[in-house]
Amino acid sequence: MDNITLLIYIVVMALVTYLVRMLPIVAFRKKISSVFIKSVLYYIPYAVLTAMTIPFMLYANDSILSCAVAFAAAAVMAYFKDNLLIVASTASLAAFIVLVLL
Amino acid sequence: MKKNSSLFVNGLYDGIPIALGYFSVSFGFGISASSLGIPTWASTLMSLINVTSAGQFAGISIIASIGTIVEMILTQLVINLRYSLMGLSLTQKLDDKMTLLERFLISYGITDEIFAVAISKEGSVKAKYMYGLILLPVLGWTAGTFLGAVAGNILPAMLSAALSLAIYGMFIAIVIPVCKKNQGVLFCCLISAVVSCALKYIPGLSFISTGFAVIICAIVASVIMAILKPVEEEK
Repeated sequence: MDNITLLIYIVVMALVTYLVRMLPIVAFRKKISSVFIKSVLYYIPYAVLTAMTIPFMLYANDSILSCAVAFAAAAVMAYFKDNLLIVASTASLAAFIVLVLL
Repeated sequence: MKKNSSLFVNGLYDGIPIALGYFSVSFGFGISASSLGIPTWASTLMSLINVTSAGQFAGISIIASIGTIVEMILTQLVINLRYSLMGLSLTQKLDDKMTLLERFLISYGITDEIFAVAISKEGSVKAKYMYGLILLPVLGWTAGTFLGAVAGNILPAMLSAALSLAIYGMFIAIVIPVCKKNQGVLFCCLISAVVSCALKYIPGLSFISTGFAVIICAIVASVIMAILKPVEEEK
């Protein structure tokens, strides 16, 4: 991909993301009444994050084992500790330990 | 009533922990981006004007696999649709006097964590507070991406490989605590995981690109759960 195409992709990405954020904040002042739509919107972020993590986290680097251990360690840590920084570091640290030991 | 300047400072203060978290995660994002061959200027610009972890992460994989612009648009739309929901709930908290221009400006910085902090504030939320709250996380996110992208090229491969898992760690950190408390979300995630694995591993389905696979998983899982377990009225 050449630089101009790359720039176009990034700007288009940003425009879509901005519109998704801006439209409801600018346009709506009332609550959505449809329980179905509200429910779909409520579940979507979790479904998206899960689909992006499973199974793709396993292929984040060349060692599937290190990724699998990182996944398990992060999942256990997230279960006990609701903290972004700690859980993200746990994933990296666990993978690093496996990579060093291998 | 608080002065505008102190509202801004309050926002800055509340943004510090978010900025620190973003810095480390975006460092991993920068590494991932440069390992996919995306130049440093591009990943840094992407972070500055997008400010969205999951969206950018999907974005770099679409760019790396030379996906179409339509795939990029649809993927960003679906992945970032949650910001619309957050924006909707946030409108209930915004100061009545907030102008249209202020609404345009604060829209730029709505992320999962910034939304979570803003919505948990007592009383109405003013634009000045939002500017303060958004500033440091955006700086942290952008600076982390830049340093990650630069360091990604010079760091030992082992360290880069380990740090590239940080962003997945953040996704897990967002999902698991909610699964623990909410069975509907737990089942939604299980359905999404099963569909995602099916699309990845069933040979006949491998023509579906990663970006569209995420969209399919999200829609299937959230529609099923919206039917089986509609969300109760807000507490």
